Formats: sequence, C-alpha cells, structure tokens
Amino acid sequence: MKKNSMSPKRKRTIGQIMNRKEVAGYVFILPFLIGFFGFIILPMLVSFGFSFTRFNILKTPSFIGLQNYITMFTSDATFWKSFGATLYYVVFSVPLRLIMALIVAMLLVKSTKLSGFYRAVYYLPSIIGSSVAVAILWKRMFASNGVINAMLQSTGIPSTIAWLGRTDTAIWTLIILAVWQFGSSMLIFLSGLKQIPVSLYESAKVDGANGIHRFIKITLPMLTPTIFFNLINQIINGFMAFTQSYIITQGAPRDSTLFYTVYMYQNSFAYGKLGYGCAMAWVMVMFVGLITFILFKSQKRWVYYEAER
Amino acid sequence: MNDYVLKRRVTKVIYHVFTFLFAFVMIYPVLWMALSSFKDTNEILKTAQNLFPEKFTLKNYITGWKGFGGYSFGIFFRNSFIIAGISTIGAVASSAVVAYGFARCDFKLKSLWFSCMLLAMMLPFQVIMIPQYILFNRLGWVGTYLPIIVPQFLGQGFFIFLNIQFIKGIPMDLDEAANMDGCSVYKIFIKIILPLIKPSLVTSAIFSFMWRWDDFLSALIYLSDPLTYPVSYALKMFADPTAGSDWGAMFAMATLSLFPIFVIFLTMQKYLVEGIASTGIKG
Repeated sequence: MKKNSMSPKRKRTIGQIMNRKEVAGYVFILPFLIGFFGFIILPMLVSFGFSFTRFNILKTPSFIGLQNYITMFTSDATFWKSFGATLYYVVFSVPLRLIMALIVAMLLVKSTKLSGFYRAVYYLPSIIGSSVAVAILWKRMFASNGVINAMLQSTGIPSTIAWLGRTDTAIWTLIILAVWQFGSSMLIFLSGLKQIPVSLYESAKVDGANGIHRFIKITLPMLTPTIFFNLINQIINGFMAFTQSYIITQGAPRDSTLFYTVYMYQNSFAYGKLGYGCAMAWVMVMFVGLITFILFKSQKRWVYYEAER
Repeated sequence: MNDYVLKRRVTKVIYHVFTFLFAFVMIYPVLWMALSSFKDTNEILKTAQNLFPEKFTLKNYITGWKGFGGYSFGIFFRNSFIIAGISTIGAVASSAVVAYGFARCDFKLKSLWFSCMLLAMMLPFQVIMIPQYILFNRLGWVGTYLPIIVPQFLGQGFFIFLNIQFIKGIPMDLDEAANMDGCSVYKIFIKIILPLIKPSLVTSAIFSFMWRWDDFLSALIYLSDPLTYPVSYALKMFADPTAGSDWGAMFAMATLSLFPIFVIFLTMQKYLVEGIASTGIKG
C-alpha cells in the first residue's frame, strides 16, 4: 500500500494491528459487547441484588433478605392470580395460534394467482396486532354495545353479554386477539412446508396413502423442527404479553386478566415496590428459562431432524 | 375427462370462496375501525353491525387531531417519527457492523459471544425493563428519549442474525480479491459488503421502524411530559376513560396511527415475508 509507506512507522503498526482479523473482529462486535454487558448483564446483576431489598426509587434500598420471595410465594394472592391468568392465556393461545397458522399455511401452500393477496391479508394482523390502536379497537368490539354483540343480534341471537366484564369471557377476548395474529407463524410454516420434498408425497401416493395419512406420516414429522421453533418463540412471547392486558382489560374483572408483566409493572411503578418488582423479574427469568430448557430437552423425543437418521 | 375438468373447477371455486371469506373475516375488525372513523360517534355505538357509514364525515379527524391538554396529534406524530427514525438508523447501522464481525472475522471466544448474542435475541424486553429502569434512572436519563434510543445503537439480535445469514451468502473470493489489492477489513466492509447486503439492511429497517412505531411499553415507563409522547402512548392517554369517550375521534386517531404501518406493509411486503421466512422473526 502506497499510503502506508508514507506514514510514520508507529502508525503503520497500529494500522496493521487493527487490520488483523482477530483484532478487527472485536472492533466490529464492540457495540454488541457494550450493549450486552452494559445494558443487559450489569442491570440484571444489579437487580438481582435489589431483589433482596425493600426499594423505592426515592429512598435508599434496605436489605431484607429473602423477604420479597417469601411474600411472593406465600402471602401474595394477586401474584398467584396473575401467574395463573398468564399461564391460562399461554396454554390456550399458543396451541390455538399454531394450529390456525398450520391450517392456513396448508391452505396457502398451493400457489394460485391470489396467493400473494391472501398471504398479505392473513399476515396483516401480526403486523399491527400489538399496537395500542388495535387494543382500543378490541375494547370497543367486545363492549356490550360493540360490533360482536351487534352482529350476533342481527343474526337473531339476542346477545348483550359484557364480554370484558365477566371472569369467564374477558380472558378469551385476549386469547382471540392473540390467535388472530397467527400470520407470522403461518409464514414460517409456509416456508417449512415448501421445503418438504414432493417425492415423499408421490411415493406415498403410489403406496395408496390417503390425505390424512400423508399429513400424519409425512407433513407433521417433517414440520416438527418448524413447530418446535415456533413453539419456543410463542411461549416466551405469550408470557411477556403486556399491552393487551394493560389497555383492554386493565386486569379486570377481579384480576382474571391481570398478566404477570402488568402486575410486575404495577408493583414497580405504581406501588413503588421496585425491590419486589426486581424479584418478580427474576422469578420470570427463571421460569421462562426452565420452560425453554425443558422444551429443548424434549426435542429428542419428538423433533425430527433429517441429518440424524 | 370432462368430469375430471368439472370436478377440478368446482374444487377451485370452493377453495377460493372459502379462503376469500376467511380472509375477509380476518381483516374485518380493521376495516370496521377504519370505516367507522368516518361515522358519527352515535352511529358507531348504535349501528355497530354496519360496515359503511350512513353519512360520511371527517369530523372525527378534526376533533381527534386536536389531541388533549393542548397537545395536538401533530406533536405526537412528530415525536414518533423522531424516535422510530433515529432508533432505526442506529439499529440498522450497528447490527450490520456487528454482523460483519461475526460473519467474516475469526477471533478468540467468538463462539461464546455468538451464543451470548443468541441469548440476548431470545431475552424479551419485559425481563430487563425494571433492571434497565434502575440503571437509566441513575444515569439521569428518565424523561428523555435516551433510554429508548441508545440501546438501539448497540446492535439488535434479530437484525444481526439476519445480516450474518446474508453476508455468509456472499462469496469469500470477493473479500480475498480486495485483500490482495490492499484493502483493509474495514474498507472491504464499507466498499464491498455493505452495498451487497442492501436487501437485509432494508428488511432490518422496515422491521425496526414498525416495532419502534408500535412500541408503547418503553414510552409508558420513561416518558412523563405529554410534549414528548409518541403516538402509541398518546393514543392510550387519549382513550383513558377520564378523557371522555369520543369513540369516533379515537377511531380516527387509531386509524391514522396505523397508516404509516399500512404504507410500509403494502410497499415493502416482499422484504417482510422473506425476512420472516429466513430467520423466523416474530411479526
């Protein structure tokens, strides 16, 4: 390099050092390292310390040992209610969403002139579903004089149910909102379906297997890696749901839709119990980590990877 | 033979009728909100089953735009564009740089850092929001845009991942040829790699902008002055029962808040679909 030979010797060596790939690698990933340690690891460790304190942002924290955790597990009924509501939401919304995504993906895998249009329409709710705008819309739709009841009435069913006011229906409005957003899972399934070799289906047809048979013996096993991936993603996202509960139902009625994250938020910011909030955050990390771990362990039993067999 | 053709036609028609009807049901809530925003508020409440307004009116947009407490939605839209715009620039640029390091350089502990990156990608914001709040409060950042924007400049897992996959698809020969010509790694990144990964940069930018635009939680935690509210948070305040219940105006502003997302969705759909299919990004 002409330029380098002109510059002083010391500078050239710095340039050379910087250009060595092992050094350059660190220069490139430096933003990530700063973010990872500064904004994730450090705050997490600090908050672990604060989870053993009584801590209000205005006062200095005072050490109270395991008290936050003990209170949470033994005497905070709302904690358990919020945990139960979140679990209920995840247990129903995740499988329903995935089943819906798979059905529609199988419907759209056949390409027609309208495929692009259908795909766009089914995908749209995923794009806007977590916005405040849609939360407001949902609140109105399920109001006692909302569009759901109005439509039921016009088909002759005299429904005046206050969907958001009853403990048995309120959580289902949130589950329906979650299932409505099956679009991104559908796209992932769609690309998974397109990777299944056509030859498999053809030889099955020759052997006289019918549609249901082909689905159970070929489509499902070949899709298990995609299902697994979707499942982990959706479960984590499900436990993290916030906006829906916070805006649409505010946890009502009687905390039946109070999600874990909302209760954590309330403790930390509305009740000024930041130490308790930190403890709740850590319990959530442990719980979601445990579920992810179990799912990864269960992989061997049901997820089919071609290369292995 | 004729029977066969007929049967195929019938199946095709049934398929399209069903898929179309179901698509209509899916889109109906949004359509209903958008069209209801042109109805009189009384009409929204009384004849909710109607899709089209009896009398078309722009009144809701005029009253809605005025916002609340003397702050118009013009301010909120401006804030959203600032937050989402700067965040997106930061996320796209930093993620491309980090991705290049992972994709093309060999260095000590690389696989460890890569695992950390995947971990950070899986870790939801809700888990770290309270720890981060304590940190940003110490730094005196609460009440400003810094806690929302600065983390975006330090690489975003999904976009790093997307870019790595894209860079790996570029032949190494290009790098090597440039190296022979005396290009430094940095020059190779800027002159050769960056222009070639435009599609993944665009995909990252689209997702980043849409997510930041929709983001409500960080505004809820960090912002308290209405002058700084983004549209998402302003809508929530606007919809609070204390502010009255002018559903027409609320629908108008809610529809307007989705408008930028619709435009991006319609024009950039190809990038979105490919981005999801190749990385499994959540929508």
